[in-house]
Amino acid sequence: MIETINLSRNFGSLAAVKSVNFAVNKGEVFGLLGPNGAGKTTTIRMLTTLLSPTSGTATVSGHNVAGDPLSVKKAIGVVPQMLNLDIDLTAAENLEYHGRLHRMKPADRTARTEELLHFVGLWDRRDTHVEHLSGGMRRRLLIARGLMHRPAVVFMDEPTVGLDPQARRMIWGLIETLKRSGITILLTTHYIEEADVLCDRVAIMRAGSIIAMDTPQALKAGVGRVVLECLGRHDIPRQFFQTREEALDAGRSVGCDLVVRDSTLEDVFIQLTGERIDA
Amino acid sequence: MNFYPIFWKDLLLIRKKPWRFLASSMVMPLLYLVTFGWGLGRGMNVNGGTYLEFVLPGILALSAMNNSFGPVSTSLNISKLYTKTIEEVLVSPVGPWSIALGRALTGLVRGLFSALMLLLVGAASGVHLNLSPFFFVVLALTAFCFASMGVAAAMIAHSHEDMANFNSFFIIPMSFLAGTFFSPDKLPQPLESLILVYPLTHSSLLLREMAAGREPTLGSTIILFAYTVMFFYLAGRLVKRTV
Ligand SMILES: Nc1ncnc2c1ncn2[C@@H]1O[C@H](COP(=O)(O)OP(=O)(O)OP(=O)(O)O)[C@@H](O)[C@H]1O
Ligand SMILES: [Mg+2]
Repeated sequence: MIETINLSRNFGSLAAVKSVNFAVNKGEVFGLLGPNGAGKTTTIRMLTTLLSPTSGTATVSGHNVAGDPLSVKKAIGVVPQMLNLDIDLTAAENLEYHGRLHRMKPADRTARTEELLHFVGLWDRRDTHVEHLSGGMRRRLLIARGLMHRPAVVFMDEPTVGLDPQARRMIWGLIETLKRSGITILLTTHYIEEADVLCDRVAIMRAGSIIAMDTPQALKAGVGRVVLECLGRHDIPRQFFQTREEALDAGRSVGCDLVVRDSTLEDVFIQLTGERIDA
Repeated sequence: MNFYPIFWKDLLLIRKKPWRFLASSMVMPLLYLVTFGWGLGRGMNVNGGTYLEFVLPGILALSAMNNSFGPVSTSLNISKLYTKTIEEVLVSPVGPWSIALGRALTGLVRGLFSALMLLLVGAASGVHLNLSPFFFVVLALTAFCFASMGVAAAMIAHSHEDMANFNSFFIIPMSFLAGTFFSPDKLPQPLESLILVYPLTHSSLLLREMAAGREPTLGSTIILFAYTVMFFYLAGRLVKRTV
């Protein structure tokens, strides 16, 4: 449903995205995981026709983003990183506006607005102006807006950024429901757990390039499923093993307080780059 | 073309705050009317009529311009630079010409509305103007022309300062000089010709001629029309460049 071939974008002398290649299959939830400035938003902006690539190509739903932007726009739903709802309109009016932009029929607009406001838990707030909604409610409304015209492919740029854990879990629940409905989702995040919980496959980005791409399980298995760390001893490097038993065995010969835990995508990132994602 | 949603949203915003809309579109023209018409112009005669009769068509043109150019350029500029609401439209299947047209129509409605309100105030204070259908066509054309210019200016501007500069160096001088408060032929020659370059000059001239019961000149009609087409074309091209 989404395919990029050597997709690149420069801003002046800065190469924000460098020759990125990936393909997202129908019904898949694909994650771009990476620290601030990795090029996630720039990649999404190219795929959603907001930015033209400096070189390389991308297709969405079979349409070239540079050659046939209008067909791409019809096929996609976009949930941007920056909240860009109309704050002077109510929750329902924001959805109605979006429906009109996509030429939805009046009856369909009304029905879909009701359905989506129930879905994101904002039906009671349908007549509240966005100005008076909380951050978490606005994010949920933004997701509803992106889904309004029933797109086959949805791009979500940092859908839970800046939310408290409870609000974040609520949005995870929504995304999991969407996933079961067969929709294709590309999401970006710099929250490790989010990529791990939601994504079928993850591409790890750093400084404009994809440095690893696979299922979260395979990525973690690649470094070792189990981590052995010494409590309070940062001078002793963490060690990776495929099973708990191996880790515990090895732990016996290390003279410190041990922690044996499952590895995370954070560990993968650190192993690959020597840096933390969420510094 | 799918311009209607853009127009629809602007009308919805106007409907939500009708008093603010009314006040914002009336303040400037009323100030001009009081200052130049009642204050300065009482007892003054121009071309055999009162100064108020002379100046009202100019203020109508000015009002149609200010209330289309101002709100259209400001809101588009904010939507592009700060709130990013324009990106919602840019990822939807709405072409650049629809975006330009939707915005320009909003300006048309705003500009025309303020001019009509001002006409009512003028009529209530006893000013007699000859109104023909073409008088309203010129008002509408003026509003549409400057709304299109507002779209173009907002698409070019990279910051709020750019917009403010465009206002200070282009819109404000034009407001005062474009035959709004005096006839351009009162000015020394090179300046007079220069002022005929302003699109607003031709609106003022046309409205004043018609208000006095004379036939509108063909030259000014053609120039105003040409400017309108040119600015709308420019607006569409500039929106297209960012899509
Ligand atoms: N319009 C722009 N002009 C110049 N530089 C830009 C522009 N947009 C992005 N950049 C630069 O490109 C790089 C990648 O930015 P991008 O927004 O894609 O990162 P990101 O992975 O989305 O980060 P974050 O997690 O902070 O959202 C950054 O160095 C950023 O400063
Ligand atoms: Mg980003």
